[in-house]
Amino acid sequence: MTHAGGYVADSRIRAIEWLPWVLAVICFFAAPTYVPLGSYVLTMIIFALSLDLILGYGGIITLGHSAYFGAGAYAAGIFAARVTGEPLLGLLVGTLAAGLLGLITGLIILRTRGLALLMLTLAITSLCLEVANKATDWTGGADGLGGFKVQPILGLFKFDFLGKTAYLYCLVVLFLCWWLVRRLVYSPFGASLTGVRENNVRMHAVGAPVYQRLVISYTISAAMAGLGGALLTQTTQFVGLKVLGFELSGELMVMLILGGVGRIYGAFVGPLAYLVAQDYLAKQFPEYWYFGIGAMLVLVVMFARGGILGIIDALIARVRSRPS
Amino acid sequence: MSAALETRRLCKSFGALTVAEQIDFRLEPGARHALIGPNGAGKTTFVNMLTGRLAPTSGQILIGDEDITTLGQVARVKRGLGRTFQINTLFRNVSVVDNVAFAVAEREGVAWSMFRPASAYRDVLEESMALLDTLGLAADARLAVAGLPYGKQRLVEIAIALGLKPRVLLLDEPAAGVPTMESHRILEVLDALPKDIAILIIEHDMDLVFRFAQRITVLTQGAVLFEGTPAEIAADKHVREVYLGERHV
Repeated sequence: MTHAGGYVADSRIRAIEWLPWVLAVICFFAAPTYVPLGSYVLTMIIFALSLDLILGYGGIITLGHSAYFGAGAYAAGIFAARVTGEPLLGLLVGTLAAGLLGLITGLIILRTRGLALLMLTLAITSLCLEVANKATDWTGGADGLGGFKVQPILGLFKFDFLGKTAYLYCLVVLFLCWWLVRRLVYSPFGASLTGVRENNVRMHAVGAPVYQRLVISYTISAAMAGLGGALLTQTTQFVGLKVLGFELSGELMVMLILGGVGRIYGAFVGPLAYLVAQDYLAKQFPEYWYFGIGAMLVLVVMFARGGILGIIDALIARVRSRPS
Repeated sequence: MSAALETRRLCKSFGALTVAEQIDFRLEPGARHALIGPNGAGKTTFVNMLTGRLAPTSGQILIGDEDITTLGQVARVKRGLGRTFQINTLFRNVSVVDNVAFAVAEREGVAWSMFRPASAYRDVLEESMALLDTLGLAADARLAVAGLPYGKQRLVEIAIALGLKPRVLLLDEPAAGVPTMESHRILEVLDALPKDIAILIIEHDMDLVFRFAQRITVLTQGAVLFEGTPAEIAADKHVREVYLGERHV
């Protein structure tokens, strides 16, 4: 279940890959009170998928991915407040804005590697946060941006206060993102990203334009993160500074590592496990719920480097190798 | 006839330290040429200048008639310059066949393609498999490189470079770290390389050098000390003094 891509990989969709979608639909009907949380989980899965593309496949370590999520969120919010509340146009604006930011910043920061790159990604998030904080006329500053109206999707589906439309909306967008990421991962482009991650020096030596590949993948990833941000804005009808914070980037990284990096579905399992655990722990132990999250991460990093999916893989391998 | 690869008065210095001094070098088409010299002679610097990882201080590098001195690494690969590395520089957690396919895909110009699955490019896969077959690695094609014995990893190192179909191939110590027992396998592979590729081999294993090369250049302290056939090298007093040592001859 690693979805490594490459020239011998079978790219056909396996039966088990439909499971998340079936579960998502079941949850919609079975647990109506959790539908708003569900929408948030779906949004974060999109965000985590975008990170997996560059971290899991391209090997770009970043703590600044919230810059693009936030750019998309604010672009969609400002667009709704000032131009029109048409949701699909808003998504497009959010995606393009974040993609453009990704392209420009990527061109600059991807000339560096390792720690320098990590620092630069942090710097970009901080810059974006400060801009959003100070440009109060546009963003509402620390108060956040709200009060805009999002129109019905395609003029047909109104956003209801139970969040049912929002959930299905997020699910459809996630499905499209999943399809795109899966295509990319199995394509020659995706294979070349794996090559860059595995050995940058050799990739240069076989004539690959490594920098250009990284910039393009970074741009695609940023655009997808922005799409997630725009979705959050529309489904919650509010944007706050939190979407640009470095904490969100860190949280995202934790979610992806928890689920499993470089596996596509790690980006599904991670946010789900993290956010459900957070929801549960925050209710049970409102004072020290973060302890539970921390403990979970320590255990995963120490004993299961492949994340939750890595544990499942190991268990399956053990069962299969046992003589019957 | 122009050389496959040529340098003219190539110099490189780091501050006051000169590591390459006026190197005039010609690699003829289809040549089997060895570059030898003691540690610190500047062999690696020379190779890095040829491949474009390091910019020379002065002088020229040519492929055929074209001056490539200012071109980057990628542009040189596109002009037919391939290389292997002294220390394994492989895609370790990727299958052996993908290691080669990555190179083939870059050469074929399909690596930007984003929507068709890589497995749909049958020609890339078939070419990579055929190449592995000629090197005796077909049985290992689907294994991850990291799990292969070291000697076979050295062969993958060569296989990746061959996937580029180079006209000039720089082999940086292909037998480095391989026990003598197994180095004959490397030599067999080298002997079987297509005759139209001009090969420059940098090697410490003198048995291998003398069996493989038709011409040898000796580098000491960044300058060419001597160039000639293996017989001439072996007979030259100077070379024996600075490098070969009496026991080798």
